[in-house]
Amino acid sequence: MTLEAVLVVASALFAVGLYGALSQQVVVMVMMGLELMINGILLAAGGFWWFLAPDPSGQVLLLVILAAMTVEMAMGFAVATLLHRRRQTDMTDMAQELSR
Amino acid sequence: MTDSAVVTVSALWAVIAGTLLCGFAVFAVTLDAGLSARAHGAGGGWFTLPSRLARLLRQRRRTTVAADTLLWRVGGIGMFIGAFLMVAVIPLGRWTLADLDVGVVWFNTIDVLVWALVWLTGWGANSTHSLVGGYRFLAHGLAYELPLMFALVAPAIAAGSLRVGAVASAQQDDVWFVVWMPVAFLIYLIGVMGFSVWGPFAAALATDIAGGAGAELSAVDRLVFHAGRYLFLAAGAAFSVPLFLGGGAGPWLPAWAWVLIKTLVVLAVLVWLRRKVPLLRPDRFMSIGWTILLPAIVVQDLVVSVVAVWKG
Amino acid sequence: MLIGIAFWVLAVIAVATGLAVFVVNSMARATYALAVSFIAVGGQILLLQQNYLGLITILMMVMEMAVMAVYMVMFMGMNPALMPMDMTHGKKTAIGASVGAFVVLAGGALLVPWPDRRGGPPDDLTHALGLEIMDGKMLVMAVVGAVMVATIVAGVVLAAGRTRYDRFGDDLRQRGSNGASLGGAQK
Repeated sequence: MTLEAVLVVASALFAVGLYGALSQQVVVMVMMGLELMINGILLAAGGFWWFLAPDPSGQVLLLVILAAMTVEMAMGFAVATLLHRRRQTDMTDMAQELSR
Repeated sequence: MTDSAVVTVSALWAVIAGTLLCGFAVFAVTLDAGLSARAHGAGGGWFTLPSRLARLLRQRRRTTVAADTLLWRVGGIGMFIGAFLMVAVIPLGRWTLADLDVGVVWFNTIDVLVWALVWLTGWGANSTHSLVGGYRFLAHGLAYELPLMFALVAPAIAAGSLRVGAVASAQQDDVWFVVWMPVAFLIYLIGVMGFSVWGPFAAALATDIAGGAGAELSAVDRLVFHAGRYLFLAAGAAFSVPLFLGGGAGPWLPAWAWVLIKTLVVLAVLVWLRRKVPLLRPDRFMSIGWTILLPAIVVQDLVVSVVAVWKG
Repeated sequence: MLIGIAFWVLAVIAVATGLAVFVVNSMARATYALAVSFIAVGGQILLLQQNYLGLITILMMVMEMAVMAVYMVMFMGMNPALMPMDMTHGKKTAIGASVGAFVVLAGGALLVPWPDRRGGPPDDLTHALGLEIMDGKMLVMAVVGAVMVATIVAGVVLAAGRTRYDRFGDDLRQRGSNGASLGGAQK
């Protein structure tokens, strides 16, 4: 287990998540892609921390990443619920007025 | 307080710990059956466990159309294994299997796994009542889990450590935590009943939805799922001992004996409560959990923190 | 050695289940594949000696995925297990972007000359982290707390179906709120 190994695995997770976030049509599946990307970032941060500078203040970054993940989930679910309530849909393609 | 008040024993002792846990579960089943028999005016109930065991082991496995077998089995087997993982951090007097520096969080992590496991059991069968049961459990979970987390925090704050051994030894020559954090203890017990799908929290398995999450379970699957519930109840009772009831503290008897006795008492109370408390509707309990239990436990944590700071 | 093997096993599980999320055609399996991916990464963080964070990752993510599964079943317009169909768009662009991202990131990970390790970990890491949160980095955690509260409020405002007119009548004169015993779940 080296820093390089951890980072390669983390970038693989990030890349898989990116594929999901870009290609999926259903809002909840897009969120799963985002989660997977943050999963990779979390692993990379853990690796950097352990292999480069293992002092406790660095771990706070991981806590912030976890917090960002929960905020993303909560807001994502809220918007998905709103979208469903207003449009009876769960597809990103049908919520495009921001792109016009 | 010393952090190394407990000795870590070799992993082989896990067999003993597992056997003890099974013993507690057998006790819970038998006591429940005995109380059941007495409520119906009959005696005994001693043969319930072997007869149920024999019936479920001999039964032929039923299956449903388009069942998601993988997830279904994961749910049941996970329920069975989870409780054994829980007891790994519970010290038996002076000995413990794993003196994790985050023992309390370990316990919490395992009990959160139950969310997934019960829902998977409900989902896997591909049956309506079963899935409704899974949803009911999640609704209960949303209401009991947060208060439970704050309840687990209280003893850890008072002991200044997330190490279960340190929490137990902090009460060694002091008043037990249950005395000055009764709210946390009560909410902890509510949480234990919650993640064991027990008593007031058995709405997920209620008869109005034909057994809910367990409706389609049969044979060995039914055995491991329900055995898992009893094991979780026993593990939850055992964990309350180092957390709130002074661990092995007590006169005359050795520490390990006190841990076992206290566990038995808490477990007996939990089993007895099943008949005394009505089933809580998940939607109603949501209000209770968020508007009564959560503020109450936050105030309790505040009191504990102030006392901990004041004591230095 | 043992840690190395455990790391690579967990790595394979994490990436394989991560891929499975977008391959399997069952909503529950996709969600719980993601949960397994998170559990594997949590295990890797435990291997990197961060006990508290590893366990917290597993705890939070299993909880989130249990809730996520409910949303999946609730909002997926059709059941892909019953009606196999491709619910994706711009697949080629997405694959290109993700392969590109992987090549850039992994290449960077392998080619950048990483500096040597500075200092060593403290003896009791969890304790040190607790002190850090409550001491030097308290402002960070205080801000995170405020953000969390804001998220709860915003989430409820966006998602709640009941408005104040549902609760207090058209002229806002109705006493109390109907349906409160249902936890506000219905109008």
